[in-house]
Amino acid sequence: MSVQDIMGVGIMVLGTVFFLAGTVGILRFPDAFSRLHAVTKADNLGLALIALGTSILAADGFTAAKLFLIWILIAVSGAIGGHLIARHALRDKS
Amino acid sequence: MILLPYLATFLLLTALVGLIRVMRGPTTADRMLAAQLIGTSTVAILLVIGVATEAPALFDVALVFAILAAISLAAFVATARSGHQP
Repeated sequence: MSVQDIMGVGIMVLGTVFFLAGTVGILRFPDAFSRLHAVTKADNLGLALIALGTSILAADGFTAAKLFLIWILIAVSGAIGGHLIARHALRDKS
Repeated sequence: MILLPYLATFLLLTALVGLIRVMRGPTTADRMLAAQLIGTSTVAILLVIGVATEAPALFDVALVFAILAAISLAAFVATARSGHQP
């Protein structure tokens, strides 16, 4: 277990902790708007840390760029999706 | 490297918790939330398993899944909006 492995797995464990926070947030928050915060921010940061840990373990420039692209895609789709869901929740009171 | 399968299992539980939100969610917005949550945790699971089994092909699968999650979310919102207008 070289230092690189330990650091990579450690960062991924930290990312999983943020996933836990996002999931508990989704279950416990009172209404849809506050749950949006949980899913678009906490899970996003969790995925960013997991992608960082993965790129450290994979130790390859091209893979690190691909993982960064995956994270940016999830971040943008989370932001846009968050706005779409919030507007939908605001409009219809069903 | 020993810890990675446990991380993947925990992320899977996170995705299953999203199903509880789907079942209990009062409004349709909560169900869309759960779709976003399941999409994100599936991408995370793919990354973790991609490293654990040293299969770099899984990173491409995660990329495609990220795109699909974005498109499915837009489709959810579009169908929910068009459903209500008479």
